[in-house]
Formats: sequence, structure tokens, C-alpha cells
Amino acid sequence: MLEASQNPNIRILSYTELEEVKGYVGNFTVRLRKKPRFINENKCTGCGICIERCLTFAPDEWNLGLGRRKAVYKAFGQALPNVPVIDKRHCGHFTKGICSVCEKVCPSGAVDFHQREEVIEERFGAIVVAIGFEVFDHSLYGEYGAGRIKDVITGLHFERMLDPSGPTKGHIVRPSDFTEPKTVVFVQCVGSRDAEKGVPYCSGICCMYTAKHSILLKEHIPEAQAVVFYMDIRAPSKGYEEFIRRAQEEFGVLYIRGRVGRIFEEDGRLLIKAVDTLAGRPLEFHADLVVLATGVIAPREGDKVAQMLGLSRDPNGFFSELHPKLAPVETMNKGIYVAGCCQGPKDIPTSVAQGSAAAAKVIALFSKEQLESDPQVAEVRDLSCLGCFKCRDVCPYGAIQEKEMGKRLVAQVVETVCHGCGLCTATCPTGAVQLRGFTDNQIMAELRGFVSQWKNIAA
Amino acid sequence: MEKHRRIVAFLCNWCSYGGADAAGVARLQYPPDIRVIRVPCSGRVNPLFVVKAFSEGVDGVLVSGCHPGDCHYAEGNFYARRRLEFLKRFLPFMGIAPERFEYTWVSSSEAQRWQKVATLFTQRVRNLEPFKGFDHG
Repeated sequence: MLEASQNPNIRILSYTELEEVKGYVGNFTVRLRKKPRFINENKCTGCGICIERCLTFAPDEWNLGLGRRKAVYKAFGQALPNVPVIDKRHCGHFTKGICSVCEKVCPSGAVDFHQREEVIEERFGAIVVAIGFEVFDHSLYGEYGAGRIKDVITGLHFERMLDPSGPTKGHIVRPSDFTEPKTVVFVQCVGSRDAEKGVPYCSGICCMYTAKHSILLKEHIPEAQAVVFYMDIRAPSKGYEEFIRRAQEEFGVLYIRGRVGRIFEEDGRLLIKAVDTLAGRPLEFHADLVVLATGVIAPREGDKVAQMLGLSRDPNGFFSELHPKLAPVETMNKGIYVAGCCQGPKDIPTSVAQGSAAAAKVIALFSKEQLESDPQVAEVRDLSCLGCFKCRDVCPYGAIQEKEMGKRLVAQVVETVCHGCGLCTATCPTGAVQLRGFTDNQIMAELRGFVSQWKNIAA
Repeated sequence: MEKHRRIVAFLCNWCSYGGADAAGVARLQYPPDIRVIRVPCSGRVNPLFVVKAFSEGVDGVLVSGCHPGDCHYAEGNFYARRRLEFLKRFLPFMGIAPERFEYTWVSSSEAQRWQKVATLFTQRVRNLEPFKGFDHG
């Protein structure tokens, strides 16, 4: 990330939201809303004195509420740009109007409580959408305590505990009493391959991260017992199967095919009721910590982004690529590409590959002087066009523009934007818009061809 | 030959045409009464095409596109669904039996569904007399 930030051709606009996208491939006009961070990015040196001196604490989102952060903070250590942000909801200056410690201690005078929202409008040639994913909310699983049992945590939670600079300084502890767990149960497919919970698909990454977690648990606490409940182990990439085998054979992680049916709190421990479907017998034992391998779900903002960019989404909310095999990073909107988990659950290597593919596609697009386009596009016969612009209303791509034609306005097709669906042609009351290759006359001629063929057969 | 009818099917390029193609590749059998006209999207089908087909003397018209929500062009089949449902209810007023017309959704992987749709629709049209013109149903 640091490397990207130092590349002269890359500009990172963090804390900025997409507001509007107009235009088409090679010619997008994008409006961005840069939210105020109340710290002048140009003046700030990133020394962090403001964070040190800040008096107000807030729950740390990055550590999933496990720890606390200050009201002026950086999201995480490697966050870029290296400029903190003041959290208006917690900052004493904004909530009580009394504190301005950070302003006083800042050696470069970068704190600016009056910073306003900034709207940036710029032109871009292509857009890559990589807005990521969200983690399934396991409170939908009542049998696992619906998020109320403290010692039932998610994989991401566990991951934060493993971080040496994280809230527990790299120690694995039970959130309820901060003691080391002796038996840890990992439950796979929580919010994954469960149509009843609205997630019929396989999240793909949980098998591997659970294996990693179980190995790390054994490395941190060698005498601990790791038990993994799985439905199927899906380890289809290079070296993955071997990794699972290592967890099982080298580290002695106990893999049980089956599912945990219920978790009860009992005498400060957790009573696990499960079933071993290979042995066909129910299991009941005590554990200290349960880690749920929560699945990947589509980003919440997905529909907003899809609407702004004219992208389509699959039934699970992930962005649809143009073609699952032949055009995996292109979208149905030319000049807009997708990469990473917003297109579907995937692991880091695949996300990197897809991101590289999207970047390469953009470079290929920009390397040409002129764009090639499909000849199957709509065209308008100016003289028949009434200027009612019903075509513009139905066009899914915004490919219809107004054109002045003497004193009146007529429709005009932007050929690079048109995808050739023909919705406009079927909508036009006068037949002034015709889709090349599929004009009304051509389709009718095809129809008449069949009819005369049938007549010949009959005769 | 007596039983054969003249049926025109407008299939969208991305789903139903692919589905019919897949049915062919898989050698699934269905009656030979149907002639296919490929269109880019079911939304390209002007309801007038259907009426014109009847005026040319076909016995049945079938329109098939991607499943709603799965349109290659995002929303073309939503327009198709509105237009064609309207047309279907309007057909009796033009003296065309509404059974002669149907719109449906077949995806490119649903070869068997295409076989079923084609067979059922052909049977339905075969149960009617050949189309003798408007006012004769």
C-alpha cells in the first residue's frame, strides 16, 4: 500500500465517497465527496502527538470493539495517508465544545476544526470497482448464542487477537475473563452454504483461514486442543490441501465432519452439543472458546454503487462480471471493471490476480488511440425522431443524448456507450431508432422468410 | 404433418437462444414446429412483431428471455414482461386466442427447461385449430 501511495501516477483519496458518475468509457465525469477529517493533510506530518494527547476514548472499530482508540485516530497502523482523523461523534471539541488539546499540541498547526466537506469533480477514463466485502453477521444464528455469548467469537475477532500490536498484544484469550482457552472449537460454514440464512453460496475462504487459525492457536498455546467442525473441506488451490493436512497431522487439530447444533453457557464454560456425521453419533463436550468461521457477504453499499455505475448484481448482491469465463473483470458497462470480493468471495491470491487483471485491462484500453466498438448499435433517423426521448428513459446505459436539429431536439446514440440491446428500438413510437443488425425490417423479413418456407412445404 | 403448426419463437441472444442451443447440443428432442428468430434481448421484441406474425399467418408466437433480474442488459426483460403481459391480455380484443401466445424465461443453462417449454407450448397450439385470421381466434 505504501508503494502505491508513493507512485507518482497514483493518487489516493481516502475518506472520500463516490457521489455521482456521468459519461462513458474514456470520458467519465466523477463527483466525489471528500469528508472533513479536521486535519489539514498538507500540514500534517503524521507525528501522532495528537493521538497520544487526546483525552477521549472510543471503541476501536478496527479491532471490532475489542479495544479502545482515541477520538483522533488512524484506522490502523499502516493506514494511508499517514494522517489521523478526528471522530466528530466522540471528540470533546464537537460533543462538548470544550477540548482542543490536539490543536494546541500539534507542532505543525494542522488541526482545523472548521474544515468543510469538499466536493471534487474530475474526469477519468476508466473505473475499477473494488469495494470489498462484509462479514456475515452471526447474530442470525440463534443456536450459537446470536452474538450474546461473549466467548463465541468470529474468525476476524480471533485474527485481531493474534495481532502483536492488537488489543490483546497477540495473546489468545477468552473475551469473558481474559484467561487462556484450553479447548477451542472452530465452526465452519457460519453464513455460508446455508440457503435458509440467505447465503446459499460457499464463501470459499473460511476453510483455509480456519486451518490457519487452528495452527496459530497450537503455536501460541501448544497444550490447547483445537476442534474444527466442517461440512466439507474445500481447499482447491495450490498448496491448500497440504496446508489442511499439516493442521491435521503436524499440529493435531481435530477435524470432525458435522455441525455444532447448540452452544450453552455452563459454569463459565461453553457446553457444545454437536453431531459427528461420519461416525453418526452425537457429541457433547465443554469448550472454552468458540470461533465461528463467518462467511463473506456482499458489501452493503453495493446497490448504491451499482446504481451509480450502472452495474448489475447477482442474487447474492455481488457485482456481475460481463462473462464468467471470458470477461471476468469487465462489467456490462464499458470502461468499468470489478476486482476482488465485491465480485464474489475469493481469497487474497485471487483478489490480487483479479486486481492485476483489471489494471491490465485498463492499460489495454488506454493504449489505443481509438476505441473499437461493436457495430451492433442503435442509430437514430433524425427526420422521423419526434424528440419524445422515451428511448432515453428506457436505455439501461444512458447511451441516448439530445442533439439539436434545427430548432428541435432529437435523440442521438453515443455509439461507444450503446450495448445494442434494442430496448429503444422497441420503445420508439415512430421507429426512428433502429438497432443495426436487428432493425424492424430485418426481423420482419426473417419472419416472412419462415412463412414462405412453410407455405412451400404445404404446397 | 396434419398436426404440425407454424410457431415463431423470439429468443434473446444471451439466455433463451443459448438454452435452445444447449438443448440442441444435448440432443434433447422437442417438436419441430418452432422456428427461432434471434433477438439481442427480449426487450427488443416489439409487441407489434407478435401481431404481425399472426397477420402473416403463423399459429403461435413464443417469446423467451433471461429470467427477470438476470437480463444481460440489466433490465430489458422487465420491459418485455410489462409489454408482453399487456399484449397477452389485449390479444382477445384483436380476435386472437391468447393461448396462441406465450412469454417465458429460459436461461442458457436450462436446456431441459427449453425442451419442456417448447414441447408444452407446441402441444397447446396443436390443440387449437390452425390460425385462420383475426376474428377466427
